[in-house]
Amino acid sequence: MPIKMFDGNGAAVEAIRLARPGVIAAYPITPQSSIAEHLADEVAEGKIKAEYVRVESEHSAMSVCVGAQLTGVRVATATASVGLALMHEVCGVTAGVRLPIVMPVVNRSLVAPWSLWCDHSDTMAERDTGWLQFYCANVQEILDLQLCAYRISEHEDVLTPSMVCFDGFYLSHSMQRVDTPTDEEAWDFVGPYVRKNMYIDTKDVMFVNDLCPTDEHTEMKYQQMMGFEAAREVVPQVFAEYGKRFGRKLYTVEKYMLDDAEIAVVAIGSMAGTGKYVVNELREKGIKAGLLRICMFRPFPEEEIREALKNIPVIGVVDRSSGLGGAQAPVCTEVKAALLGTDAKVFGFVGGIAGRDISDGSFRKIFGELEEIREGTRQKVTRWFDAREDAMTIREVETC
Amino acid sequence: MLTYTIQPKGLVSPGINTCQGCMIDVIFRNVLDILGEDTALVIPPGCAAQFSGCGPESAITVPGIQGNLENSAAIAAGIAAGFRFQGNDHTQVVAIAGDGGTVDIGLQSLSGAMERNDNILYICYDNQAYMNTGIQGSSSTPYAASTTTTPAGKPVGSKDLIRIVMAHNVPYAATASVSHLPDLRKKVKKAKEIKGCRVLHILSPCPTGWGYPSAKTVEIARKAVDSGAWVLLEYENGKVTLGRKPAALGDVAEYMSMQKRFAGIGEDAVATAAKNVTDRYAYLEKLAQIG
Repeated sequence: MPIKMFDGNGAAVEAIRLARPGVIAAYPITPQSSIAEHLADEVAEGKIKAEYVRVESEHSAMSVCVGAQLTGVRVATATASVGLALMHEVCGVTAGVRLPIVMPVVNRSLVAPWSLWCDHSDTMAERDTGWLQFYCANVQEILDLQLCAYRISEHEDVLTPSMVCFDGFYLSHSMQRVDTPTDEEAWDFVGPYVRKNMYIDTKDVMFVNDLCPTDEHTEMKYQQMMGFEAAREVVPQVFAEYGKRFGRKLYTVEKYMLDDAEIAVVAIGSMAGTGKYVVNELREKGIKAGLLRICMFRPFPEEEIREALKNIPVIGVVDRSSGLGGAQAPVCTEVKAALLGTDAKVFGFVGGIAGRDISDGSFRKIFGELEEIREGTRQKVTRWFDAREDAMTIREVETC
Repeated sequence: MLTYTIQPKGLVSPGINTCQGCMIDVIFRNVLDILGEDTALVIPPGCAAQFSGCGPESAITVPGIQGNLENSAAIAAGIAAGFRFQGNDHTQVVAIAGDGGTVDIGLQSLSGAMERNDNILYICYDNQAYMNTGIQGSSSTPYAASTTTTPAGKPVGSKDLIRIVMAHNVPYAATASVSHLPDLRKKVKKAKEIKGCRVLHILSPCPTGWGYPSAKTVEIARKAVDSGAWVLLEYENGKVTLGRKPAALGDVAEYMSMQKRFAGIGEDAVATAAKNVTDRYAYLEKLAQIG
């Protein structure tokens, strides 16, 4: 298999090219912009034979994608941050009319205040929109998961769109080596798009997405829910086939040093690599630390998580979004629900907001507090572990 | 697979639940009569959603999707792009939206489609307010008209959609009125033969929202055209062609007096409305004189 050099956005474009979309609609937004640009290049150079619709907004990008995929062609788009927020309404349409669109999302903070940098507040706000969500740990996974996502989303029992989420700048602009299937190998795996269930065809007429009375709406949502349930079966099958063909292991959850762990951190996205590095360090000191990385967030793999963490007494969950007003931030809330009824003590951590680096030092602090909890010398953790001590006084304006 | 519970004569079912006296029904029947079966529709929420249907039933026999309120043009552009990728450049992709879905919330996506010259036919049926949700004012609501969100009368005039459309240099645009059906049909036919983004702006008076007896819709629409409150024109290849000069240009007093939405407005307001109409017509005449 050829080895190529891609940054995260380049890997996303390569996966899109390999899936041979017929219509592309994209609107540029930092840090996704190079995806919109490179897709235009590929179309201009004839490397992707698609219609490129240069839309005036992300809302229209997803709207064009919905219209186009209903005619029976695979489509492509990508977005980030407030672009995803603007798309939100149409993302619900995509999911509800069961269009298996696969979309790379480059994670970036939502405004306000303005930020160009990474956190997960954009995709976490979409977690109940009806899309599958995968979070990548490195550039290789962007290519791998996106190719798999076409197979998963388009599976006739799933018919649910996918967001392939990856951290803005950390991955989108990080150049890494990527084992890349040849065009033929990838096409043999992904295959052509075959429309199912809802479509626009003058020879086989239906009207899609008209008003749905209350005596059917619950059932339509039930069908979507069953699509997610089917995905729980289909995802491991597709990952296994991908592994067999291309020799790489993909995960719904990745377990690292968990078997005998006494403290563990649950991580998501690119932070996991740093977390593993600190686990290694702690292990050398004799501290039984471990890490669980959530790769698939929707459907939420609660049974795998419960199984992976079942014997670990103290667990920290690191959220890269603030979860304002919640009992915990989103990832921790769901992990806690998955562990309900176990004896584990679960603590939520919030950090890495808007590009603040989750460093080895961050993980040392988190694991350190968890270890103190385990030893009984600490009762509470520092939930906002990387917030500055002067948080309440910066930008303070005196009123007279 | 479509199964018929009622066999329609054309492509639209009889007995649509539009209000009595509403002529959106007539617009749909005439448009689809001309465009034929090789048509795909995008209909946003609004009065026209009566044609999308409810549950497993639809009132039309061509395929379509009910989009969101603001993205009719973008969804249509997507359908057209999907067809084009598959070598289909013959199916007419048509968005049919009300004034709210066009001049308010839908203007951005329409502007995008017009600028890109996507191969769609965009039809705005204009009843000059959000009628389906209970007569709330839109940017197409005329000066002094009372709606549930302009209860004291709208203090400003309406957004001039056709001039916005012309500013995008689309290959074909026209205004039409339900009172002038042969003219409307002629314009739909012309639009059908042209590629690119085509826009039709059709006046469709609303007895419920405007406050007049339901038998008077055609008469009211005719008064709008005769007074110049609604101007029939075509825009083709950059050239504006006006319809017949209004018989009583600026004589809006009677037109307004027939509608409860203008009830109780003073003579000053009528004079202002009349001046708005004559000023606009003078501007359009100048446009028509160019090239």
